[in-house]
Amino acid sequence: MNLTSSPSPTSGARAKHPTSTRFTRALGIAALVGIGWLVLFGLFLSPNDRVQKTGVRILYIHVPSAWLAYLAFGVTGLSSAAYLWKRTRNLQWDRLAGASAEVGVLFMGITLVSGSLWGRISWGQFWTWDARLTTTAFLFVTYIGYLAVRDLGGTHQQRAKRSAVMALLAMLEVPLVHFSVKWWRPLHQNETVEKGKLNGLMLFSLFIGLISFTLLYVWLVIHRQRVLALNDQVDDRGLDLALAARREES
Amino acid sequence: MIAMLHAPYVIGSYVVTLGGIALYTVGMFARARKAAKRLPNEERPWS
Amino acid sequence: MNAWGIARLVAAKDLRVEWRSRILINQVLPFATLVRVMFAFALDNDQTLTRVAPGLVWLATMFSLLVVVQRSFAVETADGALDALQVAGVRATGIFLGKSLALLAQLAVLELVLMGAAVVLYRTEVHAGGVVLLVTTYAAATTGLAFVGTLYGGLAAGAKGRETLLPLLMLPVVAPVLIGATRATEAALGTEGATPSDGWPWIGLLILFAALFGVGGTMAFGSLIDE
Repeated sequence: MNLTSSPSPTSGARAKHPTSTRFTRALGIAALVGIGWLVLFGLFLSPNDRVQKTGVRILYIHVPSAWLAYLAFGVTGLSSAAYLWKRTRNLQWDRLAGASAEVGVLFMGITLVSGSLWGRISWGQFWTWDARLTTTAFLFVTYIGYLAVRDLGGTHQQRAKRSAVMALLAMLEVPLVHFSVKWWRPLHQNETVEKGKLNGLMLFSLFIGLISFTLLYVWLVIHRQRVLALNDQVDDRGLDLALAARREES
Repeated sequence: MIAMLHAPYVIGSYVVTLGGIALYTVGMFARARKAAKRLPNEERPWS
Repeated sequence: MNAWGIARLVAAKDLRVEWRSRILINQVLPFATLVRVMFAFALDNDQTLTRVAPGLVWLATMFSLLVVVQRSFAVETADGALDALQVAGVRATGIFLGKSLALLAQLAVLELVLMGAAVVLYRTEVHAGGVVLLVTTYAAATTGLAFVGTLYGGLAAGAKGRETLLPLLMLPVVAPVLIGATRATEAALGTEGATPSDGWPWIGLLILFAALFGVGGTMAFGSLIDE
């Protein structure tokens, strides 16, 4: 096999975006259009809330990103379980878990930022120690730890097994943290936006947010797990390539 | 129309959210290109 | 040999290593005491100190836990002892239970000294009515901490950069213990008019925590240290 082959001339786009396929390109465009709509409706076309005034606009991105972060961590847990179960053991599950966790950490990070900005408007403070916020912060840190465990090294199988166990332990930890914090601070914020209070255009903006962020999540995870697959292959061939490079130099 | 009362917070949250995702995406593609440069084309089962 | 026999051997070995090196007495205990004194510097108010003493006891315990866990697994990985045990076919369940047991014993000594220091340094008073609650809190919380410490210590063992990774992984997990044990200790000590009956619900949480991580650790430890 020719290890040093350069990309063939017909694959210019592929060299630029090696993890793209026609499907991901369509998905990406759909997500981008959705985000455009979200900005248009969320910032301009939808009305102000009677109570929250313009602050309600933050919710159109805050709620979808929070929901996606939870979904992402759920996907990580499920695919970790799929990896640990011997009959479905496949490194593909491990890479899906890793990709989803990373995207989840991204979404959780921006959820915390947009949430505290919203809190500053609605509650007059960036942070309150209520159960949901605190659990969210713990989730964020826990999955940063999970990503660090993925980078510990070893063979791909070691990494997969170790991080899958970590992901399941995180699923064990999260409810414990949630309930202990809930008992610790029993007074938590009421749902500030009741369902009936959002009018049609507001609900529609939130709906666009959910759809476009979900598309974005799927798009990001597909790409990310392909990048992880590429990295695994680079690792597998690392030694061969190093030897080839050395031969070329001399 | 956006009431200008809390506009910096609202716009800031949109910028952080969309900007954060955009930065991550750019970084991810950079990593993809870096990895792909070290591999022959046929090693991509999805293409 | 069954898992329990292995556990006893591993625990005895760990404690013997500890007894010969005296790291716990010569280094960890002074460190924990130092942390306590630093808290006093930072808070700088006798009344505040008495008020937050239960939390400080547990916070210092958690910091010390990190050090003890590092030490417990440095012994295993320094000369590949963990791998040797695996190769020899020693069941991981036994290793997990044994190391947890040794950790439990060391933590118990540590906590006893820390609590004594709280009485001296922070003017905490232990009343007769709260003693049962206090002892139960210590037993339940320490068991949970020992399981979690062994589990995550085993995970980080042998990895490069484990000194920095262990706190990141472990502190979020032990947060429920910090909350539960602190509240229960406050109830036992009567801090801010709390009564012992306020503390018992937290004991439930601590026992649940210990049980979950005991079972989870017994099941997962094998795959974590499996190289």
